[in-house]
Amino acid sequence: MNDMTPHRPARDAARVDLVLVADMVEKGARVLDVGCGDGQLLRLLAEERGVDGRGIELSQRGVNDCVAKGLSVIQGDADADLAAYPDDAFDYVILSQTLQATHRPKVVLENMLRIGRKAIVSFPNFGHWRIRAQIAFKGRMPVTENLAWSWYDTPNIHFCTIRDFVALAGEADARIERAVALEAGGKPIGFSAPWAFWNLFGEQAVFLLSRSKGGH
Amino acid sequence: MTSLAAPAVAFSSAPEADEPHSLVMRFGADRPLRMDAGVALAPFQIAYQTYGTLNADKSNVVLVCHALTGDQHVANVHPVTGKEGWWDVMIGPGKPIDTDRFFVICSNVIGGCMGSTGPASTNPATGRPYGLDLPVVTIRDMVRAQAMLLDALGIDTLFCVLGGSMGGMQVLQWAASYPERVFSAIPIATASRHSSQNIAFAEVGRQAVMADPDWRGGRYYEAGVRPEKGLGVARMAAHITYLSDAALHEKFGRRLQNRAAPTFSFDADFQIESYLRHQGRSFVQRFDANSYLYLTRAMDYFDLAADYGGRLADAFKGSRSRFCLISFTSDWLFPTAETRAVVHALNAGGASVSFVEIETDKGHDAFLLDVPELFATVRSFLKSAAHKRGLA
Repeated sequence: MNDMTPHRPARDAARVDLVLVADMVEKGARVLDVGCGDGQLLRLLAEERGVDGRGIELSQRGVNDCVAKGLSVIQGDADADLAAYPDDAFDYVILSQTLQATHRPKVVLENMLRIGRKAIVSFPNFGHWRIRAQIAFKGRMPVTENLAWSWYDTPNIHFCTIRDFVALAGEADARIERAVALEAGGKPIGFSAPWAFWNLFGEQAVFLLSRSKGGH
Repeated sequence: MTSLAAPAVAFSSAPEADEPHSLVMRFGADRPLRMDAGVALAPFQIAYQTYGTLNADKSNVVLVCHALTGDQHVANVHPVTGKEGWWDVMIGPGKPIDTDRFFVICSNVIGGCMGSTGPASTNPATGRPYGLDLPVVTIRDMVRAQAMLLDALGIDTLFCVLGGSMGGMQVLQWAASYPERVFSAIPIATASRHSSQNIAFAEVGRQAVMADPDWRGGRYYEAGVRPEKGLGVARMAAHITYLSDAALHEKFGRRLQNRAAPTFSFDADFQIESYLRHQGRSFVQRFDANSYLYLTRAMDYFDLAADYGGRLADAFKGSRSRFCLISFTSDWLFPTAETRAVVHALNAGGASVSFVEIETDKGHDAFLLDVPELFATVRSFLKSAAHKRGLA
């Protein structure tokens, strides 16, 4: 019934990182959202950017929620299913807060850049000072408000820092077109700050990538 | 054996074949069915049922495609068995396929035995049942016949076409053959081709029928007999493939049937044996053995990719239909991997596709059963599709 009852504009309710991602997408683009959850971002993109969106989601419940919203979403995961998509099928492939839960992040990123002209990746920064502090002073694997799992039951098996991701982008032949780090309050950190500063104070980051020349 | 006199009444082995308790559309010599076997079949007929009301611009039509042993009696009391329709849980007022909103059509497939032209139907050229003289039928023939039925009813586009198993094959064929006539499609527990294992099981069933002396080369109708034993065994074997090991274990385990100890005989000591024998016996009361041969063959021959140069994606190229595919975790006859292959092909073709794998231990038969996640998925997909279609 969601799709026919009046509702608040998606932006008001959306997470700040999703709004940031949405702002990176050109109007009317073809978008694949990998790990689309209940379809919040796809819906935001449809409403605000008029995109032709598709999704992949692991949980049956998430897929059902998406189908109920009229979104085209398939049950699957980033590691197994991206390989089946043809080259250049989308303008953007988005991976929102999911990279750290994939088995092979580099392969996933390479597939994203093959399927889409551009890739948008948002992820929690494991280099944030709170996380560093927990390891340094408590000697325990970090558990924070945003990353609330213990090490033994977390789905997040491949954490990285912002600097790690920059390095990965290089290895995957990706060009960084835009990057935004968000501090704990959700406010973007000034663009001119050096990577080291972002890596310490950014709680999460959003990257817009494209293929560097020759890379495919 | 040698009597050629045409009986005045329908053969008792398939009482519904010529004059079914159903609506019937008859096609004369001017409108033959052009079959893949290279034959123009005429005259022929299609038996069908409808539910709900066709709206003014004919935009609310839902076509249901039935599976191997199903028929057009999808949501009404069956004229032969007296049981409720095979998808009564899915179709009706307020149900996922809401007959207060949609006009539902279900037709018996060509090759069937419930009133559409099949091997038990009278061959007008001889006055006797076709038997094996009917050309071999394909899934595409079934869909062609359905398209002709819609033409005859003045219906251009389908709001939705859906079905499970062999019905799902027809749905995929509809989407490939008539993309402009399909607004949305729900293929359930199906595949774009019969696998080697599927063909193997089908062949076991056919050989069981043919091994029955009462089959008589398919000419059992005139002799007033039926290959009940052979068809019963075919059904028993097939029925196992419709269930999961877990479901069988839970329902029957190794429990004995009305006895305290094994009898040291070949009686149906185990509950599962008794259950299967019952399934076989009741099936032969309502189904024609030759139809079973024809329809399993149609599924064997189905290979959608082969019709498009081996590339399944090309079958759906440029499709503007909206798809929702559904599979079940415990279905080993049409496993999720087969559905996923179709999903990938649709994605590669740029189609709008959703896919849900439903967790259940009910096996292939899950699509016919009371599975809330199935109903929820169909309901929500149809709701959003109706919204997109502008249906109130």
